[in-house]
Amino acid sequence: MRLQRRPLPAWAEIALLPLVNIALAFIVVGVIVAIIGVDPFHALRLLVVGVVGSSESIGYTLYYATNFTFTGLAVAVAFHAGLFNIGGEGQAYIGGLGCGLAILALDSYLPAWLLIPIAIAAAALFGAAWAAVPAWLQAWRGSHIVITTIMFNFVASALMVYLMVNVLIAPGSMTPQSRGFAPSGQLPAIPGLPLNLSLVLALACCIAVWVFLWHTPWGYALRTMGHNPEAAVYAGTNLRRMTMLAMCLSGALAGFVGVNELMGVHHRIVLDFPAGYGFAGIAVALMGRNHPFGIALAALLFGALQQGGAELAFEIPSITREMVVVIQGLVILFSGALAHLPRPWLQSLFALRAS
Amino acid sequence: MDEAFSFVFLMLASTLRVATPLVLCAMGGLFSEKGGIVDVGLEGKMLMAAFFAAATAAVTGSAWAGVAAAIVAAEALALLHGLACITYRGNQVVSGVAINILAAGLTVVLGTAWFARGGQTPALEEGQRLMPLFLPGAGDNILVYAALLSVPLTWWIIARTRFGLRLRAVGEMPLAVDAAGLSVAWLRYRAVLLCGLLSGLAGAYLSIGQNAGFSRDMTAGQGFIALAAIIFGKWRALPAFGACLLFGLLDAIAIRLQGVRLPGLGEVPVQLIQALPYLLTMFLLAGFIGRAVAPKAAGVPYEKEH
Repeated sequence: MRLQRRPLPAWAEIALLPLVNIALAFIVVGVIVAIIGVDPFHALRLLVVGVVGSSESIGYTLYYATNFTFTGLAVAVAFHAGLFNIGGEGQAYIGGLGCGLAILALDSYLPAWLLIPIAIAAAALFGAAWAAVPAWLQAWRGSHIVITTIMFNFVASALMVYLMVNVLIAPGSMTPQSRGFAPSGQLPAIPGLPLNLSLVLALACCIAVWVFLWHTPWGYALRTMGHNPEAAVYAGTNLRRMTMLAMCLSGALAGFVGVNELMGVHHRIVLDFPAGYGFAGIAVALMGRNHPFGIALAALLFGALQQGGAELAFEIPSITREMVVVIQGLVILFSGALAHLPRPWLQSLFALRAS
Repeated sequence: MDEAFSFVFLMLASTLRVATPLVLCAMGGLFSEKGGIVDVGLEGKMLMAAFFAAATAAVTGSAWAGVAAAIVAAEALALLHGLACITYRGNQVVSGVAINILAAGLTVVLGTAWFARGGQTPALEEGQRLMPLFLPGAGDNILVYAALLSVPLTWWIIARTRFGLRLRAVGEMPLAVDAAGLSVAWLRYRAVLLCGLLSGLAGAYLSIGQNAGFSRDMTAGQGFIALAAIIFGKWRALPAFGACLLFGLLDAIAIRLQGVRLPGLGEVPVQLIQALPYLLTMFLLAGFIGRAVAPKAAGVPYEKEH
């Protein structure tokens, strides 16, 4: 007897399939941990203790989650417009530059309540500008945005190394970092923890993105372009301007990583602070199904993994922090590229239950 | 006169040394892209291959075992890419990004667990590496010649063989190939596997030819430069080879110019020269230097109608 495969019910499509995808990724992680010679369940226990064990670890989790929220939202906004922004890494880097330059220029003149919004705006502006170039090239010259955003990551990195080594380096400093920000250029933080006001900014961004995408005409036009560009043109949307808008918003969101890292934690411009958050944003967006609520949850999970992974690496020397990077890669693989893998299995399962 | 000659020789040799992994990767990527499978994951395949080459060479003491392991590792990722993009019709860029991130993490995780040197593999001795064949100072190991040979071979296979013709067709219009009774999936799998083979050799070259061991993130964006070279060569083998040589030369110049003041120009920022391959490719893509047109079906999964 041959079972008939039907489309999955809506709840299975929305909730079950993504969960199966994530589960597959974590099963592979478990296998890798076992190959290394560590009991996966022991590792999992240590990881969970590392996340919820103390108020300090929860603070770190939320701090990491802040960055993941920004880059996850950045990828999602572009994705809703049918654009794949792999340049979050570079946009975060340049956004941080903008934030840092604003503070370095103004921190001896302005009070914190005035400087903080200016620096946040500068981060958004610089991040958006760095995304605007690939967007313009895509919209007017037809270059593929995937390639141009990748290239711009490397250009951003080269530019930052040049600026930090030759221009912005603090006089007398041996390491390439700028002078420290004055207190008016530092975000209020929880004492002793990296967790700072950026978390509130991240939550505000989640709400703003949700309102923008689902409750404004521009958001509607943006999503229409992502689903069906021809229909969007027919409805009167200017695809070029919409591409620019989507990418600039995406770049601005990625640029906020610089706010959290530089204004919130390092209190100076340093090298390499985006540290892979831009790429991890792809995993966050995929796992969160490009919805701000899902992204916030996924960012929390990735933040917890980052924190728990650090504790785990501390407890078991044969496991390194890069295990978190492996998990990110596997999540992108299973809930992105191989998203359709378990569908036939589930369909068979449902057919079996129905018969 | 002698000095000028030796300078030119040294520059040529160092250009070729730097360009070799780019050439191998670019030729591999060319097969994949010509067959309609976009490969952003060249970097990851090369990194994984470099790790397994060095790890295997260190454990077995044989450079050839290292090369074999590199090919197996890169082919495993290539098959994964094929599975995701061809069989399950997933997004090709997402799959490539996943492979890059996976390789960046896994090489360090496995390296630390197996060798406990912070992600590095043990330093290789002479017998465990691919040594220069004819010119001891130039680093001309066998993979350099393999890279040089891969260019005419790639051109010949793509332009002059039946397989190449079908491959180009499957990258431009898979429906026509399907209608002619050929398997789109099998053609594309072969393209992806050829890409795996060549990027595996590129990885082996990095860790057991050019260097004496694996260090974390040792590919340092070379997979993306190879991708840029494919675009810069407008998806043709010989121009892509030229682009690889140009990018290799830029790198050799960047090393030479470190801290040197040029008359009239002052100090040229090394970072600018390092960013040039990307900037040039952006200019090309923007249509300022001719037009680069990708294979039409590249990036689009083929769905067979039932």
